[in-house]
Amino acid sequence: MVEYTWPPEEKRSILGDRISRLDGPVKVTGAAEYSFDVRRPGMLHGKILRCPHAHARITRLDVSAAREMPGVRAVRVIQDEGSEIRWALDEVVSVAADTEELARDAVRAVEIEYEVLPHFVDGENKDEAFESSPAGSRTEGDPDAAFEAAVHRHRGYYGLPSVSHNCLEAHGQVCEWNGDRLTVWASTQVVSSMPNQYADALEIPASNVRVISQHIGGGFGSKFSADRWGIECARLARETNRPVKLMLEREPELTVAGDRPSSYAEVEVAADGDGKLVAWRSSSWGSGGLAGSRGAPPLPYVFEVPNRRIDHLSVVTNVASARAWRAPNHPQGCFITLSALEDLAAEMDVDPYDLLWDNLDLTGRLEPIYRDELPIAEELMGWKKRWTPRGEGGKGPIKRGLGLGVHTWGGRGHRSNCQVTIHPDGVAEARLASQDIGTGTRTVIAIALAETLGLPLSKVRVSIGDSVYPASGGSGGSTTVGGVSSSTRRAAVNVREQLFQEVAPHLEAEPEELELAEGTVRVRAEPDRSITWEEAIGFLAGHPVTNIPLSASGSNPGPGQLTDSGVGGVQMAEVRVDTETGIVRVEKMVAVQDCGLVVDEKTAISQVHGGLIMGISYALSEEKILDPVTGRMLNTDFESYKIAGYGEVGELVVHMMTGEGYDERGVIGLGEPPVISPGAAISNAVANAIGVRVPYLPLTPRRILDTLAGRGGRS
Amino acid sequence: MRPLEYARPETLEQASELLADGGTPLAGGTDLLALLKDDAVTASRLVDLKGLPGLEDFSAGPEGFRIGALARLADLAREKALVDRLPALASSFDSVGGPQIRNRGTLGGNLLQRPRCWYFRRGFGLVPVRDGRSMVREGDNRFHAVFGTDGEALFVTPSTVVPLLVALGAEAEIHGREGVRRAPVAELYRSPDPGERELHLEPGEILTAVEIPDASDRTVASYEVRPGESLDWSLATASVVLRRSGATVRESRIVLGQVAPTPWRSRAAEEALAGGSLSPDRVRAAAQAAVAEAEPLSMNEYKVQLARVAVERALHRAAGREVPS
Repeated sequence: MVEYTWPPEEKRSILGDRISRLDGPVKVTGAAEYSFDVRRPGMLHGKILRCPHAHARITRLDVSAAREMPGVRAVRVIQDEGSEIRWALDEVVSVAADTEELARDAVRAVEIEYEVLPHFVDGENKDEAFESSPAGSRTEGDPDAAFEAAVHRHRGYYGLPSVSHNCLEAHGQVCEWNGDRLTVWASTQVVSSMPNQYADALEIPASNVRVISQHIGGGFGSKFSADRWGIECARLARETNRPVKLMLEREPELTVAGDRPSSYAEVEVAADGDGKLVAWRSSSWGSGGLAGSRGAPPLPYVFEVPNRRIDHLSVVTNVASARAWRAPNHPQGCFITLSALEDLAAEMDVDPYDLLWDNLDLTGRLEPIYRDELPIAEELMGWKKRWTPRGEGGKGPIKRGLGLGVHTWGGRGHRSNCQVTIHPDGVAEARLASQDIGTGTRTVIAIALAETLGLPLSKVRVSIGDSVYPASGGSGGSTTVGGVSSSTRRAAVNVREQLFQEVAPHLEAEPEELELAEGTVRVRAEPDRSITWEEAIGFLAGHPVTNIPLSASGSNPGPGQLTDSGVGGVQMAEVRVDTETGIVRVEKMVAVQDCGLVVDEKTAISQVHGGLIMGISYALSEEKILDPVTGRMLNTDFESYKIAGYGEVGELVVHMMTGEGYDERGVIGLGEPPVISPGAAISNAVANAIGVRVPYLPLTPRRILDTLAGRGGRS
Repeated sequence: MRPLEYARPETLEQASELLADGGTPLAGGTDLLALLKDDAVTASRLVDLKGLPGLEDFSAGPEGFRIGALARLADLAREKALVDRLPALASSFDSVGGPQIRNRGTLGGNLLQRPRCWYFRRGFGLVPVRDGRSMVREGDNRFHAVFGTDGEALFVTPSTVVPLLVALGAEAEIHGREGVRRAPVAELYRSPDPGERELHLEPGEILTAVEIPDASDRTVASYEVRPGESLDWSLATASVVLRRSGATVRESRIVLGQVAPTPWRSRAAEEALAGGSLSPDRVRAAAQAAVAEAEPLSMNEYKVQLARVAVERALHRAAGREVPS
């Protein structure tokens, strides 16, 4: 019986070590080739004419002047006269030209007129919406009676705006045809299913499409679709019979290629005389553009308050549709719930740490994880020593405060297929059509392979980012690490079994008596009876026709517990607020995070760092500012759409949960969980510091000062 | 790319001719090139000033300083004479943008950069109007003016250096086809009517240098309210230049940036400060006076407080008190 499970701690060679990511050097030196960097012989440049209005009808469209410009090779009408445009910067015409500048000029040469129609972009103002629909209503227990009977009650209003994904490498691709076969160098989170998207749109067999994506400059959930610009790029390339590159510029990248739905909620929460949560009522709404709110935030988050009634309204706005943003709906649910609980704790005059601790029985199977994690976070932050009641943040204009958030996520490994080949030079190669979206996927696969074959990392090769390899799932939902490590593990175990069959006679042993360790094949019970990896490969080489190279496949799901679902995390924030300027500085963040079995401690901690930084960014500065007059997004550059830089980040302290209770569950995803709590933790810390809740994110000087001055008002 | 002529004159006279005939001056390019790419402004001819001799020169003497318009911000931040004699100015150069901007950007470019107003940057013009109504008043004005809002222009001055130069009484040297003229730095700016530019330069005129009078008998300080420690824009800047005898303020100049379409000198604050000390109470009163006549728009009342706090903290700095940074 072949054993696939991960080796116990005492048998691991590199699994769980601190290993630097394998793609670090090429990225740092600039040698890594992103889709943006691809240059093909004879390549043209594509650009798109976009509608400047949030809602309009095209009344006249004339592309003849653009077509006649020298150097312009193709002009395609995407939406013709009479079309109704329902969001700003929607695609109208695409062009391909010899240079990027010429393509821009051609876009400007298109003659177009619009009838401007009324728009609605303020998702908070739900009563004015043209279109909205109930999106979930649920009652458990008897919330009204429970509120009547409760001792402590809190009522609050909380809101988060839409934010953009804002990938540093904008969305886009290079398309090249060879006859009826298409190659796409795409910046994508889903190499394996991308060919089918092109095939469907272009009416060619999926097997005629090859998608390559070696390095991706950020996706965060926004790069699962071929998108209209991708299909247009392929059509421009087909029409001109030349390779075409079409990458989005920053304004459309921010405006139409990314959007986390906004969320607003009226919340009531109540506790009994013992501080046990007994009732929750919430009425929430939100918008992710044309798509509505794309589901609802999970309310109440993590804590299954026994008596609860929730309802959610999905509001449609004249904005490009939302895309999955790192842990869809969880940051919203976490911010709303944990803010309300912190406010309740303040009204009860108790430490929110204690309120959460005393109600962890409401967190179901996560309870033991939070009971492990909270004391660790407490110690790393010095919470009990340093926490002071709300509003006692210090004398003078500078106030300090601490805040807390907890979160959860699934993260079970996705479907994945891997083929492992042992080449005659002794290198073991894993091939799978996965993608490394910056999370360390390559490195994780290499570790799983090297660990299983007892090899150093220098003896393994990882080939991903190409749809010709065995299919593997998209990088979403924190499912990649569990999926690719599991399929790689199974493929490597299978190839190892083949190797044992071949080598056992040379060691005068049975295959099942062998193990691979420290670059040798050896008898498990008598480690001295061994041959080196190279010698073993040498034996195989004796029969070149039949035996070389060894190759085996593995899949996920499959035999053996290699991955699981459901992680817990705790975060604490320490902030300093200048109450005269409203400027918030995050001084320190503590993150205690579970992800089952850690494959690489260094890349795991890096993931948490990334989540914290992105979280600080949306807590302090990120928002899509939509103009009431034009319906357009106004802050469409890095100068005005502000993401956190080094100066904003503060000290980050990360503790990964490992060992008993965690390792045996197998590998669980980590990309999303750490980005969930920062909004709640930082907002709670600000409330703790200044004595009053700022009900909105991001916590800009305007919102802090408006709240302190009692101006409250709209977001 | 729109057809564009590029000229690199070697004399000021050539430059003036090229500019008078529809040219747009190019120095460091950190602002202009982005504006051109975004179609917020158009140019048919770029006149690159970097070939002109002597425009990068810096000199210091007993009368003060003369800084060429093409002196780079990074160099000025490190210029020893400034660091020693006018550290507030050196540090205001040091806080502009990020290192790349300071390495490329020039003094003249900082003074003549265009407003950051997001309607202007999206091509709606300096005084954006739709259906006869101000887009700024009706739209999102969270970063717009809180002073001078009775006019049509509602954008704010972008430079964090200009308030200090105005407070110091700095003069601009301007070369035109008619010769050289000099004007207070404050007079480079105006609140434009629709269709006008905000910069008070005639076609063909080139800002060639800024002269700053010696301030060794003055107390000089600035304060910028900048949310981000990394590259970010100031929401309000206050600069103060005081002449004192003993503890008594004899004369002062208090100038604000990012609060109005022009550098905003607050005579009310200056009067409130005159003839007394820099005690915390008097500082508070002067700061309060500075914003007494503010008229915020629908979304930017908070900026009135930021303006007040900027003045207060600049004055505390002048008094030698620590302030939050």
